[in-house]
Amino acid sequence: MSRYIVQRLVTAVMMAILASAVIFLIANFVPGDPVLAQLGDIAASDPATVARWRAKWGLDLPLWERYGIFLSGLVQGDLGTSIATRRPVLDDIFQYAPATIELATVAFLLSLVIGIPLGIAAAVWRDGWVDSVARVVSLLGVSAPTFWLAFIMLAIFYGGLGWAPGPGRLDPIAFPPEGPTGLFLLDSVMAGDWETFGDTVAHLVLPSIVLAAATIGLITRTTRAAMLDSLQQDYIRVSRAKGMRERTTILGHALPNALVPVVTLGGLAYANLLAGAVMTETVFSWPGLGRYTFRSAAALDFPAIVGITLVVSVTFLLVNLAVDLSYALLDPRVRR
Amino acid sequence: MAAPQAATPQTTVPVLEVEDLRTVFLTDAGPVHAVDGVSFSLGPGETLGIVGESGSGKSVTALSLLRLLQEPARIVGGSIRFQGREVLAMSPRELRDWRGDRAAMVFQDPMTGLNPVKRILGQVTEHIVSHGRMPPKPARRRGIELLRRMGVAAPERAAAAFPHEFSGGMRQRVMMAIGLANDPALLIADEPTTALDVTIQAQILDLLRGLNQEFGTAIVLISHDLGVIGSVCRRVAVMYAGEVVEEAPTADVLEDPRHPYAWALVNAVPRLEAPAGARLTAIEGTPPDPLNPLPGCRFAPRCPFRIARCDTEHPPLMEVAPGRRARCWVTADGRSLPRPTVPATAERRAPATGEAPLLQATGLEKKFVLPRKSLFAQPAMVHAVNGVDLVLRRGESLGVVGESGCGKSTLARLLTRLHAPTAGRITFEGQDITTATPAALRSLRPRLQMVFQDPYASLNPRMTVGQILAEPLLAHRRAPSRAAAAERVASLLDTVGLKPAFATRFPHEFSGGQRQRISIARALALEPAVVVADEPVSALDVNVQAQVLNLMLSLRERLGLSYLFIAHDLAVVRAFCDRVAVMYLGRIVEEGPADEVITRPLHPYTVALTSAIPEPGRQRVLLGGEPPSTLRLPQGCAFRARCPVAQDVCATLPPLAEVAPGHRLACHFPGALAPLPRQERLP
Ligand code: SF4
Ligand code: SF4
Repeated sequence: MSRYIVQRLVTAVMMAILASAVIFLIANFVPGDPVLAQLGDIAASDPATVARWRAKWGLDLPLWERYGIFLSGLVQGDLGTSIATRRPVLDDIFQYAPATIELATVAFLLSLVIGIPLGIAAAVWRDGWVDSVARVVSLLGVSAPTFWLAFIMLAIFYGGLGWAPGPGRLDPIAFPPEGPTGLFLLDSVMAGDWETFGDTVAHLVLPSIVLAAATIGLITRTTRAAMLDSLQQDYIRVSRAKGMRERTTILGHALPNALVPVVTLGGLAYANLLAGAVMTETVFSWPGLGRYTFRSAAALDFPAIVGITLVVSVTFLLVNLAVDLSYALLDPRVRR
Repeated sequence: MAAPQAATPQTTVPVLEVEDLRTVFLTDAGPVHAVDGVSFSLGPGETLGIVGESGSGKSVTALSLLRLLQEPARIVGGSIRFQGREVLAMSPRELRDWRGDRAAMVFQDPMTGLNPVKRILGQVTEHIVSHGRMPPKPARRRGIELLRRMGVAAPERAAAAFPHEFSGGMRQRVMMAIGLANDPALLIADEPTTALDVTIQAQILDLLRGLNQEFGTAIVLISHDLGVIGSVCRRVAVMYAGEVVEEAPTADVLEDPRHPYAWALVNAVPRLEAPAGARLTAIEGTPPDPLNPLPGCRFAPRCPFRIARCDTEHPPLMEVAPGRRARCWVTADGRSLPRPTVPATAERRAPATGEAPLLQATGLEKKFVLPRKSLFAQPAMVHAVNGVDLVLRRGESLGVVGESGCGKSTLARLLTRLHAPTAGRITFEGQDITTATPAALRSLRPRLQMVFQDPYASLNPRMTVGQILAEPLLAHRRAPSRAAAAERVASLLDTVGLKPAFATRFPHEFSGGQRQRISIARALALEPAVVVADEPVSALDVNVQAQVLNLMLSLRERLGLSYLFIAHDLAVVRAFCDRVAVMYLGRIVEEGPADEVITRPLHPYTVALTSAIPEPGRQRVLLGGEPPSTLRLPQGCAFRARCPVAQDVCATLPPLAEVAPGHRLACHFPGALAPLPRQERLP
C-alpha cells in the first residue's frame, strides 16, 4: 500500500514537471503581443520604449533561457511577477484562490449530497417516480447553460422574490472575517462570528447551486448506472439469500462497488469546478481565480497565465492522485 | 448458536414439501411457464438432486424455493412448506429471518458470488450476527472455524483476505461456509461445481456429502450432470420443460431409467467402461416452445418410444414402482425401457505407426510476458507450456486432458501456429512450421484447422451461415465461382447434419449445438488433414454434446481426419480418442493408448483425475490443494506438492520415459498410487 502511494507520488511529480514545460511552451506560442496589450498603441509605436519594456520583463531573452529563469523561480516558489498587477503572481493567486476553493468545495459537496442519494434511489426504484425526477434533474443540470441558469436564478430568487442576497461573497457593507485561510466559512467559525457565517452561507447558496448543476446531473447519472450494474451482480443475490436486510444489501454490498466509477467522476468534477468557475464567478461578481484568469487573459498577462495554468494542472494532478488512492481504499483488487 | 442437528431425523415433518409449484416469466409474448407444477418432498437429512438440461426449469425451481426470483419471474401457484410453514405466505420480514438462517443457498459461480470489495470473514459472518445468532466477536471465531471446516487453507489468513486472492475452488468453499453459517436445516446448491475442475469438483462434492452425514443438513442439489448428483444424492428428480418427469432413487435412474428423457440423459453421457469409439445415444430435436405447451406429452416430438396416446393426452406423474414416479404412458405399467442399441463401431484402422508423423512437436515451450502492473514492477511471466513432445499420426485421434491452467489450450494454439512458440520445433506434413511466416501459414491453413470451445464467439454474427462457410472457399480459391461455393456450402451443411436451407440464416438463430456444427463445417470446408478441437463440447448440454461427438466420430471415419482433441473430461476423451496425453503445469506427465491410460493409469495425477470423475460407486483418490501457479515453475516434479506418494527424489524432474510400447510416463514411482476399487452403492 505505502509502496503504491510512493509510486503514485513519484509519477505525479514527474507529470508536474512535464506539465510546466508544456505550459511554458504553449504560452509562448499563443498569438497576441503582450506589448501591445500593456503599452497601448501609442507607446508601442516607439521602438525604444518597446525594447526597454521587453528587456524589463525578460521577453528579449531566448526561449530556453526564459524557461530556465522560470524553472529556477519555480523551485523557490516564485511564479514571476504579473505584468498587469505588478505583484508576484503567487500573491495574486493566494489572494483569489480561497474564494474559488470555497465556492467549488461547497458546490462539490452539494453535488455529492444530492447526486449520490438521488442516483441510488433512481436505481433501486428503477422506472418509478424517483427515477423520473432523477432523469429530469440530470437532464436539466447537464444541458442548461451556466450563464442562463445564473441569470434566471438571480432574477427569481434575488430580483423577484428577494430570498437570496445579491452578488458577492458578503454584504457590500460587511467586513470580511479576519482569519488565516481566506475561506470565509472557516474563518468566521474560528472567530466565532456567526453573523458573518450566516451571511457567507446566504451568499454561497445561489452560485454554488448554479456551479453544481452540471455536476449534480453527472453524478446522479453515474451513480444510477453503477448501482444498476452492481445490483445485477450475483453477490447481491447471495446477500438476499443470507437474509440480509434490503438496506444492508443495497448500501452495504451494492454501493461500495458502485462508488468506484463515481469517485473517478467526482475527482474530475471537483477539478473542473475549481478551474471552470469563470462564468459563475463573473455573473455573481465572485472575487475568485476565475475572474483573475479572465482578466489576465484579456491583458495577455503572460506570467499570470502561466502561473494559473500551472496551479490548475497541479490541482488536477493532486485530485487524480487522491482519486487513485481512494480507488485503492475502495477496491482491494487495485492494491497489492 | 444452534447445536448441529443429529443426523437422525427427530420428527416426521418433512423439511421441504413442494406442491404443484408454478413459476412464470412474464414476457411481451405472454407468460413463459418455467416451472409448471413441480412437486416433491424432502425429509430431514435427505438429499435430492434435480437434473435437467438448460431451460428445463431446474434453476428457476431452486430460486423459487427461497423466493429469490426477481421480476419478471413470478410464482403464480402451488405451495412450498418448510417444516410445515408455508413459505409463500411469509411476510418480507419472516422471509428474511428464515433465509440464510434455516434455509440457505450456494450458487453456481463462485467467482461472482462474493462481494469483491469486502473481506472474506465479514461475508461469512454478517448473517450470523444479523440473524441474532451470535454477537460479532464469537461470530468471527465461528467464521474462521467454518472456513477451516470447509477446507480453506490457512483460515485465519484467508479470513482477512479479499475474494480476488482466491481460486474458484477456494471461493466455492467460502460460499459453502456462508451457506452453512447458521446450521440451516436445508441447503440448496445450484450447480455448485459446474465452473470447477474435476479434482476440485470432487473435493467440493465430498464436502457436501460429509456435511449431510455429519450435520444432517438436507440438501437439494441442482445439476445438469447425473454423475454429480449420483455422488451426493440418494434421490433425483429429472426435469424437462418445467415438469418433473421422473423421481426415483438416483441409483435406480442410472441403472434403469423409466422416463425416455431420463433414459436419453443417462445414455448420452460417455462412460469410462464403454468401448472406445462407441456411439452415444443422442435424441434429436430441442425442448418445446415454452410459450405454447403441447397438449400431450411435452417430450413427444423427441421421444423414441412414442405411442399414439402421447400426442393427445398429457401424462401425470404416476407411481411406476415402489418409491418411483414417472410421467410416461409407456412405462406407466411398470415396465423398463430397453437398453439403447449401441451401433456397432466401425473397425478402426490402426493408425500407421511406421509412417512419418503428420504433426509433430519437439521441446515446445511458450511463455507469456504479462503487462507490467506499474512502472517499477518486474514483468511477470506465465509459463504456459514447458517442453512438450508430441506426435500425431495420420488418421489418429489424440486427446489432451488436464485441468484449467495446465497449458492444453495454449498447446492447441501453438500447434496450429495461432501463437508462436518461445522454444521448440513444430513440423506439419514433414515441413518445419515453427517460424513459418504468415504467408507460408496461409497456404498451410486449409490442411490444419481449428474448432473452438465457444461457437458463439467464433462465428461472425453479421454474416449468414452461407457467407461464413463460403468465405474460406473463396479466399483459398477452392470454389471457381459463387455458385460453386454455394453448392459446396450446401453439401457441407448436409455433412454436419444441418439443412442446406440454413445457409441464409444468421448464427444467432441457432442453438449452441447447431452453432458448434457450423464451426465444424467451417473447419471441414477446406478438407483439412488435421482438426485441432479445443473443448468443442464442454459448453453444451449432455444430449447436444452426444450429438456433436457422434458427428465428429462419423466424420473421422468418412473423411479420414486426424484429430487433436483438447478436453478436461476424461470420459469424453476416452469415447473419442485412440491415444491420450495428460498435462500438468505445461508438461505431459503421462501419454499412451487411451484404454490403457484411463483404465490402468500409472501416474499419480492420472489416477486422481480418473477417480475424480463423478460416477456413482467410483471411489476417489482425494487430491488436496490446487495446481501451483504458472508464474513460478516449481523445481522437480510439478505435482510434488499434491502427490500422495511423493518422496525426496521427486525434487528432481522425472523425465518422460517409455514404460511400455507407446506408453510414456514422467514419474519416479510409476504405479505407486493404485486406483481404488469400485464401490457398489452409496453408503
Ligand atoms: S408419454 Fe409417450 S412421448 Fe411421452 S415420454 Fe412417454 S413414451 Fe415418450
Ligand atoms: S515424480 Fe514423485 S511427486 Fe511426481 S508424481 Fe511421481 S511420485 Fe509423485
